[in-house]
Amino acid sequence: MTSILYLLLLSLGLGAGGLALFLWSLRSGQYDDMDGAANRILFDDDPKK
Amino acid sequence: MSVTAAGGFSSTTGVAAAADATCIHCGLPAASGRRFCCPGCAAAYETIQGLGLGQYYEQRVLDAALRAPRPEPAERWDLARSVTTRPDGLHELSLAIDGLQCGACVWLIESVLAREPAVAQGRVNMTTRRLRLVWRGAAADAEALVAGIERLGYRLVPFTVGALTAAQDATGRRLLRGLAVAGFAAGNVMFLSIGIWSGGMGPATRDLLHWVSALIAMPAIVYAGWPFFASALAALRQGRTNMDVPISIGVVLVTGMSLAETIAGGAHTYFDSAVALLFFLLIGRVLDHRARGQARATAEQLLTLNATDVAVLQPDGSTVRRGQQAVAPGDVILVGLGERIGVDGTVERGVSSLDASLVTGESLPMPAAPGTQVFAGTLNLGAPLTVRAVATGNATLLAECVRLIEVAEARRGRFVVLADRVARRYAPAVHVCALATFLFWYVAWGASLEASLLTAASVLIITCPCALALAVPAVQVIATSRLFQSGILLKSATALERLAEVDTVVFDKTGTLTEPVLGLQGAPDAAALRVAASLAASSRHPLARSLCSAAGPVPAAEDVVEHPGEGLSLATELGEIRLGSRAFCGDPGAPAAATPELWLARPGVPAVRFAFDESPRADAAAVVARLAAMRLAVRLVSGDRAESVARVAAAVGIADWQAARSPVEKVAAVEALVAEGRKVLMVGDGLNDAPSLAAASVSASPTSAADVSQTVADVVFQGSRLGPVTALLETARRARSVMRQNLCLSIGYNVLMVPLAVAGLVTPWLAAAAMSSSSLLVMANSFRLRARARG
Repeated sequence: MTSILYLLLLSLGLGAGGLALFLWSLRSGQYDDMDGAANRILFDDDPKK
Repeated sequence: MSVTAAGGFSSTTGVAAAADATCIHCGLPAASGRRFCCPGCAAAYETIQGLGLGQYYEQRVLDAALRAPRPEPAERWDLARSVTTRPDGLHELSLAIDGLQCGACVWLIESVLAREPAVAQGRVNMTTRRLRLVWRGAAADAEALVAGIERLGYRLVPFTVGALTAAQDATGRRLLRGLAVAGFAAGNVMFLSIGIWSGGMGPATRDLLHWVSALIAMPAIVYAGWPFFASALAALRQGRTNMDVPISIGVVLVTGMSLAETIAGGAHTYFDSAVALLFFLLIGRVLDHRARGQARATAEQLLTLNATDVAVLQPDGSTVRRGQQAVAPGDVILVGLGERIGVDGTVERGVSSLDASLVTGESLPMPAAPGTQVFAGTLNLGAPLTVRAVATGNATLLAECVRLIEVAEARRGRFVVLADRVARRYAPAVHVCALATFLFWYVAWGASLEASLLTAASVLIITCPCALALAVPAVQVIATSRLFQSGILLKSATALERLAEVDTVVFDKTGTLTEPVLGLQGAPDAAALRVAASLAASSRHPLARSLCSAAGPVPAAEDVVEHPGEGLSLATELGEIRLGSRAFCGDPGAPAAATPELWLARPGVPAVRFAFDESPRADAAAVVARLAAMRLAVRLVSGDRAESVARVAAAVGIADWQAARSPVEKVAAVEALVAEGRKVLMVGDGLNDAPSLAAASVSASPTSAADVSQTVADVVFQGSRLGPVTALLETARRARSVMRQNLCLSIGYNVLMVPLAVAGLVTPWLAAAAMSSSSLLVMANSFRLRARARG
């Protein structure tokens, strides 16, 4: 019984963590520019900065 | 548009191989042996190489359909109006970018800005094509920062975020957050439910799992379901019903029952059905919202890029650039060559000719002298003019048009979208069905209250218009994005459905059926044309632009001198070459010609005349024929003189035309058609068309149209062709047929499943599974539109 409790809390915690990460990424504007994000991954890092 | 960008990074050669024929920087033709087409491009190349950003040229891919990155004489904007200063002392500015070609352009702009020490943040949004600039120091530094980007060949226009946009974005984020919460809850509750259904546990464990499910599901349902509950309540308060009413009742009923079961320690709860339902419905909402948001954002971008600032003359003789709204009656404004007049007013000083085609529909230029009344939207073809703005009373043409637009839009009435029309009949039927089921089992059959409620709830879930709610938005998103990729912007979310019903198309002539710029008449000497175009390439004068587009790609000559109001000259070893008015080219006594013309004078050769007149768009006749083949009635209503209307009508093959119609008569003509019960698509560009655009069932404008017309039109299309009109109607019809298939699919599924649910053979979790599969089926069917459109 206690092991079920631990497992429940663990799985819910993981799920809630994922949800929190998603909400954070939404809030920080990471879904505002999907086209740009697809291209940015191909940019070379700026050597001077 | 940006779809090809990823591929572009792999094609690294191109530029170097073609360097002898095209400009290294902008890709436009250059004189043979030269590396650049113009000094502006050379400077831009130097700047980029100087900053060590030369790999831009290896990574980029130029799209010929977009504006080439050739630096142009900078327009001056009243930037201070759009700059906001934040509490922390940093300044912020949003700009719309024209000429963004691919991901490499984003990289270039951001890298250049990153090298400016004052810039705190310079980030390009590729989806909305906007640049957000944050910098330290003085607010006026914006001029220098913007000029630096403009020298690279991009056009930047200050952009003000409207309150409506902000509200729209907030709603979108709220829906997406709801979707995330519902997804999280659905996943976890379903996980627990699998354990419960598989059985083999004691009542204590089952109760624990039920309680955990309830704890996850209840807050999620309140949060994610709020958009539906709010909309259902609003509808009920007004005595109406909508799709959200059965959804809300179903969700609340199932949740309440499950909660009662949990408290009572019962065997079954159905939290998973309720949250899964909300999850699927929210997908539909998010898609729907995205389609509307995208349409509106692109329309805003367009209007921003087309806006013009006005040069207001100060008492001390200097000029200040101001936004059109900021000009007061009585201000004196300066209108340069090739500039659009931004206000209604009277000419104070200067003699010139004006292109009023956007305002009156007249294709030929009209003369302007002190005392002439001029209207906003008119193009100055000649020498600079000083115009005094007239009081913004109700007498101005713009005010008159706005009044007509308001009247026409009020008359159009509210268009009821397909999904709502279905829902209006569907919702009451569902409620009656569920209630009858409950009464049958409880009263007539004598089943227990719990069993009767359960059966009624499964009827509600089975009939829940989940697939119905996805059926239309999914198709809309796919059709809208597909049209967007071919340069057609749907500004109104219901435009697609209205377009599919169109049976009559009414065209305006000037600027719609004909090219927005005057075309070259006759077949002039090819060598002379090339020389003339090489001079004209460095001018912004409308006739010079027409000449260049007629000549095709020709390298621009260097060191061309522009004489405002007269023409262009170029000093060569043999003597001076001149391009311009007849008087400027050596025939001072000549009378003004009836049609616009340019003369080319070369040393030792007789002067050559280039005559201009309006010409139909290249594909106008083909489009009219195609529309006729689609069984649509095509008409032409114009404000221009009868002879030129007749000529164009004959050229493109329209038998039914009307000429010399004032804006009021145009509206009357469109309304007469609507009164006959026809569904009219109006295609027009002028200020004089704006009221009839509003009066028609649905309307379209080219991007060369007047601001007012673009604001009123449901659809705006880019490019110099009319082809988008047929593409638009064809896509709308295909989309309508897919929407209907989707509705049939989801209703057919209900017809099949409801008898089973009424008979009590379907448990709620089975209903939820069946519901999900019907949603997926509808989505899959919608994607067929994309597959077919590509193939």
